[in-house]
Amino acid sequence: MVPFSLLKAFGTFFKIGLFTIGGGPVMIPFIEREVVEKNQWLTKEEFMDLMVVSQSLPGVFAANFAISIGYRLGGRRGSAACAIGTVLPSIICILTIALFFQQLRGNKVVENVFRGIRPAVTALILGPIFHLSKAAGITWRNVWMPIVSALLIWQLGVSPIWVIVAGIAGGIVRYFTLKKNNENHPDMHDIP
Amino acid sequence: MIFLELFITFFKIGLFGLGGGLAIISLIQNEVVTKHAWMTFSEFTDIVAVSQMTPGPIGINAATYVGYTAVVNAGHSAAWGMAGSVLATFSTLLPSFVLMIIVSRFLMKYTDHPAVRTVFSVLRPLVIGLIASAALMLMNEENFGNPKESTVQFILSVVLCATSFVAINKWKVNPIFVIVVSGIVGGVVYGFLPI
Repeated sequence: MVPFSLLKAFGTFFKIGLFTIGGGPVMIPFIEREVVEKNQWLTKEEFMDLMVVSQSLPGVFAANFAISIGYRLGGRRGSAACAIGTVLPSIICILTIALFFQQLRGNKVVENVFRGIRPAVTALILGPIFHLSKAAGITWRNVWMPIVSALLIWQLGVSPIWVIVAGIAGGIVRYFTLKKNNENHPDMHDIP
Repeated sequence: MIFLELFITFFKIGLFGLGGGLAIISLIQNEVVTKHAWMTFSEFTDIVAVSQMTPGPIGINAATYVGYTAVVNAGHSAAWGMAGSVLATFSTLLPSFVLMIIVSRFLMKYTDHPAVRTVFSVLRPLVIGLIASAALMLMNEENFGNPKESTVQFILSVVLCATSFVAINKWKVNPIFVIVVSGIVGGVVYGFLPI
């Protein structure tokens, strides 16, 4: 485990922000790699829990995710370090373009490079699905849950928020059912 | 006063922006082009295009660029424009800070409660679905090309996607290296092939 420091957190998220090309979800594989695998600041379960919280609150998902991880690791200062690290590459790149390269858009070479990058970035996002499925507790009995939710969002354009709301409702129902019928279920035990 | 208006506008966007990057872009467009007329539609379209190609979350990139452009269009210097871009970015982040910290505190306090644990154990498999949907939505014609109309691009895209997946997950190649190589392949192949 890499010891947590504000500077290290800032550096890690600066690197993550710098390679998030193509939008917030691209951050997911990078955060998993840097924060969970390399630095071991979070377990896979904590990573998923913070991700679902960041998705369900308003604002830019990537920023929410950085803020919630930072807060978990280092309180308010930690959240500021991670958030500033995430947005600084954006500010630097956008201002450089705004000041010096107004004509970047429509540049043939840049367009070609991005036509190569986009399929690779898609492959990147597929990774965590496989790394996390065991920690997510996916079995043959509940594998329909991720499949149905992915199809709802992808094919029917349902907002992820509704999937999360349905999940919370399902979780509450499950809690009361377990409480009534099965006091011995692992979820029902207090952690000593 | 453009700076105060920028702050209020982007604070609102941060507070009500639900549903990820492109939903936030349409919210920004409504505020910035339709309501405040800080820039034209075509200027805004350029900003969205640049926001998608530069590193960083699209919502933050757009806020940064809009902040700069709005201030410069209002007749101020480029230096003030830079201040505008920083202001717009941090105004977008401010509601996130407040909300995330409140919710995180609550969850950290009750994290061991059986009800909270049961809800999260149901939510975790759904997170995998959310990640899958993000990947599936990127597998579109815009990013991969069309199998009939732009066959070469489509085939190369599928090859790049599959190779990248194996390289990262099986051969444990650094993803940053994979992105750089894919960019070079795209630049070289599309630069020399007349497609």
